[in-house]
Amino acid sequence: MSTPVKEEPNAAERFESAYNESMYGFHDESDPAYLTDIGLTPEVLGEISDEKDDPDWMRQYRLDCLKVFNEMTYPSWAPSIAGLDLQSIVAYVRPKARQEASWKDLPEDIQKTFDRLGIPEAERTSLAGVGAQYDSEVVYHNVKKEVADQGVVYTDFESALKGEYAGIVREHFMKLVPVNDHKFAALHGAVWSGGSFVYVPEGVHVDIPLQSYFRFNAPGAGQFEHTMIILEKDSYLHFIEGCSAPKYNVSNLHAGCVELYVGDGARLRYSTIENWSKNMYNLNTKRAIVGAGGTIEWVTGSFGSHTSSLYPTSILKGEGAHCEYTGITFAGAGQDLDTGMRVVHAAPRTTSNINAKSISKAGGACTYRSSVDVTRDGHGSTSSADCSSLILDSESRSDTIPTIRTLVDDVTIGHEAKVGRISSEAVFYLMSRGLSEEDARALIVTGFAEPIAKELPLEYAVEMNNLISLEMKGA
Amino acid sequence: MSDPFLSIHGLDAGTEDATILHNLNLEIPRGEIHVIMGPNGAGKSTLMNVLCGSPEYRVTKGSITFCGEDITHATPDARARAGIFMSFQNPLEVEGVTLENFLRLAKQAITGKDVSALMFRLELWKTMESLGMDKSYAQRSLNAGFSGGEKKKGEIVQLLTLDPQLAVLDETDSGLDVDAVRIVSEGIERFHSERNSLIIITHNTKLLEGLPVTAVHIIEGGKVALEGGVELVDRVARDGFTGLVSQP
Repeated sequence: MSTPVKEEPNAAERFESAYNESMYGFHDESDPAYLTDIGLTPEVLGEISDEKDDPDWMRQYRLDCLKVFNEMTYPSWAPSIAGLDLQSIVAYVRPKARQEASWKDLPEDIQKTFDRLGIPEAERTSLAGVGAQYDSEVVYHNVKKEVADQGVVYTDFESALKGEYAGIVREHFMKLVPVNDHKFAALHGAVWSGGSFVYVPEGVHVDIPLQSYFRFNAPGAGQFEHTMIILEKDSYLHFIEGCSAPKYNVSNLHAGCVELYVGDGARLRYSTIENWSKNMYNLNTKRAIVGAGGTIEWVTGSFGSHTSSLYPTSILKGEGAHCEYTGITFAGAGQDLDTGMRVVHAAPRTTSNINAKSISKAGGACTYRSSVDVTRDGHGSTSSADCSSLILDSESRSDTIPTIRTLVDDVTIGHEAKVGRISSEAVFYLMSRGLSEEDARALIVTGFAEPIAKELPLEYAVEMNNLISLEMKGA
Repeated sequence: MSDPFLSIHGLDAGTEDATILHNLNLEIPRGEIHVIMGPNGAGKSTLMNVLCGSPEYRVTKGSITFCGEDITHATPDARARAGIFMSFQNPLEVEGVTLENFLRLAKQAITGKDVSALMFRLELWKTMESLGMDKSYAQRSLNAGFSGGEKKKGEIVQLLTLDPQLAVLDETDSGLDVDAVRIVSEGIERFHSERNSLIIITHNTKLLEGLPVTAVHIIEGGKVALEGGVELVDRVARDGFTGLVSQP
């Protein structure tokens, strides 16, 4: 066509600048109150324990984990982490703030950060409680009185470790994700800091969601928050986690750990919008165990990170337990996002339903990796998986690697996978109605993601659509 | 014809592999309804697609001007914003995008103004009702799982909502039952005014009943072979194309 050719920055540069102007890319001057030395040594762990005033068992636990970490190798099947120098990661960065129950008591720059992310606003309008973590520590935690009055506990993890729930916390800490599960689980055990603890008593329905937001500000650091949620029998909770960070030129590491205990007949919905910056190695571990007739629902949007290796696991332990997974992954230039899920059908008539989508563009790579296991106790179980991928150009890639193992015969397991491109006829159709090519493509991609968006709370759905539009600007 | 509207001059166009239109000329003044007929493979749909800027086709010679602007190489969205609308023979399905949201975005893109969501919805419902289309379709994914008839009605809903200056209808009546053809025909009648023009490709005389057709152009072998008044429609219906265009 007759458009004059201009010197355009390439897609990655355009995205970079769009991101930096967006609501996530800003950063505060890093001005922490305390940070540990670079690297991982027993001395560094001792410093963290001193800072946190760990109970003795935890002090020892950290050291034991470090030993396991040093002995383990990184799994060969997982995406490359060659760009990550663990010895140069700062394990612990304490922000210059104590935990507050009021936003206005926080230092102004930290307060502004969360304001820009819209967290206090969301708390006022649509959340039952909020936790906000800045670097390694939770700086804000608050739960609405009527929710607390129902006996619901929502607190930062350090308080839980020492308070009246100390016994429960110790009993459950790293039991679902044992230290030797994989190398980064061991690392997490050694250097964990921050995170949330939630307890919902029997029969209590928390009608509006709780949300923890994790913001990373310090360059070259690791974030290792621990989230533990315990739902007693017949209770209900929707928990949301949000993550973001500014972009730096050095690698950051996120190796959090999420342990979810869902009691008989209880239902937990766990929603995540992850938009780490593109220098982040996101090696997070999430796992749920579900009792008879209980349900775990994972809703996940993965947009950020340089490299992700993330497979929420559901162990269906009680008869009739159910798992629902709805996830979308969007990989752009330079991103290698390896996501998916694991489910273990360990009781009769358990069911799982998986709906995974991925979008890759500008050389990004999405991998959907899953495993469905049925144990000897899994008679009459059903699992169905539906994976669809959209590849926006010829440089990008998408892989689907499902594994299915069953030890019994009377099960129904299905896996469907589809890979597609944006239809040029559909783009023409939308353009013939006045939409620019960029908007037409963005609309088609948004439509592709819509089944996931409709599972998210409204403000997150809007945020996801904004992220897609932002990503599509460089496409 | 002091008001220059649509003028196609000496057009050669086709796909990458073959030239389909050869030195085609066509003038459509404002406020008129023109019918294009011709045997299969004559180049009717190619002409419509070229007119709307389909990336599947390319113009190798000649020009298209619309309201005084040369749009020969304009992008499809620029043509839409200039006031050209094409009703597709096979409207595309777009999952996850509702008819209502899509059409509101299109309206905003064309008018360059924000459109109030509530007012838009009420207008849209009215338009849909007038075409006997259930308003639940507004919330469904664009054309996804619509029957052939609902897709075509959806195109007329879009036409009435976007209110273009030039509407190009490519076999909008194909696959419709008698009642649906009548409803679509009424929709076209409602749309038409002295401000706008229509180009209708059809084989169906029923669709044209009640429409004030100005001229009929018969295309064969990629060029206009015969032009005349509405009486040509009846001749084609009676005798077919063979006797009509074989003579030079």
